[in-house]
Amino acid sequence: MVDNILRALGDPALLAVVSLTFRVTGFALLIATALGVPIGALVGLTRFPGRRLITLVLYTGMGLPPVVVGLVVYVLLSRSGPFGSLGWLFTPSAMVAAQTIIAFPLVAALTMSAVDGVDPDLRLQVRALGATRWQTGWTVLREARIGVTAAIVAAFGGIISEVGAVMLVGGNIEGQTRVLTTAIVLSTRQGEFALAMALGLVLLLLALGANAVLLQLQGRSR
Amino acid sequence: MSADRMAAFDLTDVRHRYGARTVLDIAHLRIARGETLGIIGPSGAGKSTMLRLLQGLERPSEGLVQQNGFPLSIPVPLALMRRVTTVFQRPLMLDRSVRDNVAFGLRLRGRRDAEAVEALLDRLGLSHLINAPARHLSGGEIQRVALARAMALDPEVLLLDEPAANLDPANVARVESLIRGAQARGTTIVLVTHNTHEARRLAHKTLLLMEGTVVEVNATATLFESPSDPRTRAFLAGELVY
Repeated sequence: MVDNILRALGDPALLAVVSLTFRVTGFALLIATALGVPIGALVGLTRFPGRRLITLVLYTGMGLPPVVVGLVVYVLLSRSGPFGSLGWLFTPSAMVAAQTIIAFPLVAALTMSAVDGVDPDLRLQVRALGATRWQTGWTVLREARIGVTAAIVAAFGGIISEVGAVMLVGGNIEGQTRVLTTAIVLSTRQGEFALAMALGLVLLLLALGANAVLLQLQGRSR
Repeated sequence: MSADRMAAFDLTDVRHRYGARTVLDIAHLRIARGETLGIIGPSGAGKSTMLRLLQGLERPSEGLVQQNGFPLSIPVPLALMRRVTTVFQRPLMLDRSVRDNVAFGLRLRGRRDAEAVEALLDRLGLSHLINAPARHLSGGEIQRVALARAMALDPEVLLLDEPAANLDPANVARVESLIRGAQARGTTIVLVTHNTHEARRLAHKTLLLMEGTVVEVNATATLFESPSDPRTRAFLAGELVY
């Protein structure tokens, strides 16, 4: 078994799968972070009518079942759907879209609660030192950086390991839309347990490595 | 009115409420430029609230607060906000080094003045902590870093909320020496204190605030030695001696 796992790890097809996994999850995380951190910070820092509703929507979004997101994205991107003309279905773009939708509420809601957790008196004191609104917001966001990093890490963990959405909208096409999780499902079904284990091992290592990098960044910013 | 004679602050018919409770009710108060006004009074008299109104962090429920002749609307224009800075009673540190905390206000203005930061920390006996994480300091150290953070800006107006509370005598002397330096540079100072001795040492004028109203405001020596209001006499007689 160990020999078979080692042999599977040397398979060049594995590299293609790993590379696509990183590209899809990386892009989705990038977009979700670029949107989620500012939106989460804004909701956390300001008081406006409808804020509770937005909070409720974001918290609910954190628990969205990936397979349901996949289904909705599938319907939207299918030929008769409103975005069918994009021709994204069964391409990595569709997978990025689905994973972005899964990651966004995680990033936004956890950023919001991290910003919310900063002592409101600190904000007053920062303003009294002459900060503009933007400088105040940025300073508070920096104070909440540990929570914000945790939000991004949580979102990464959530999407790199999900299988339902990428399977539905990507279709698990070899060499095109096959990522680690969908490859594991397929190998297991085909009885290729050594390959499945090898893929699982790689997935774990990738998750470990990416989290270590994020934690390192968090430590350096202190 | 010439610029020199213009007041740093003018409060007119200011009333401030939190819910149904009126915490401040001041018919008129003028704080002259370059003057140090001590504000004494029991806990809950509205002293800290007054500082928040002067800084422009809150707008009074009624009435007008003017700074240098400009009404403080909310949000206060940045230029007016930056003339004034407050050292809060419970100062909070940013999750950065002592140096970065003291340089923070300068950085907000796009300025860097490493020498001024170091000189201030030296005068406050904090040089050895310059690279320490500010959140890990003791209460007394944080209080001094907060003063340095405000002083680094050399503002026109300093609002100090119990700046020397909980400090040992040597550090009280350091803090008061910095405050005297600011006085010599013509800084307008509003000093909220429980410590009547501190008010006597530093304030040109002293105001006794009770239940949100001005009981008496007078030259410091007059207020302490021959108070005109019986409530001032009672307050001073019952005042804990530090």
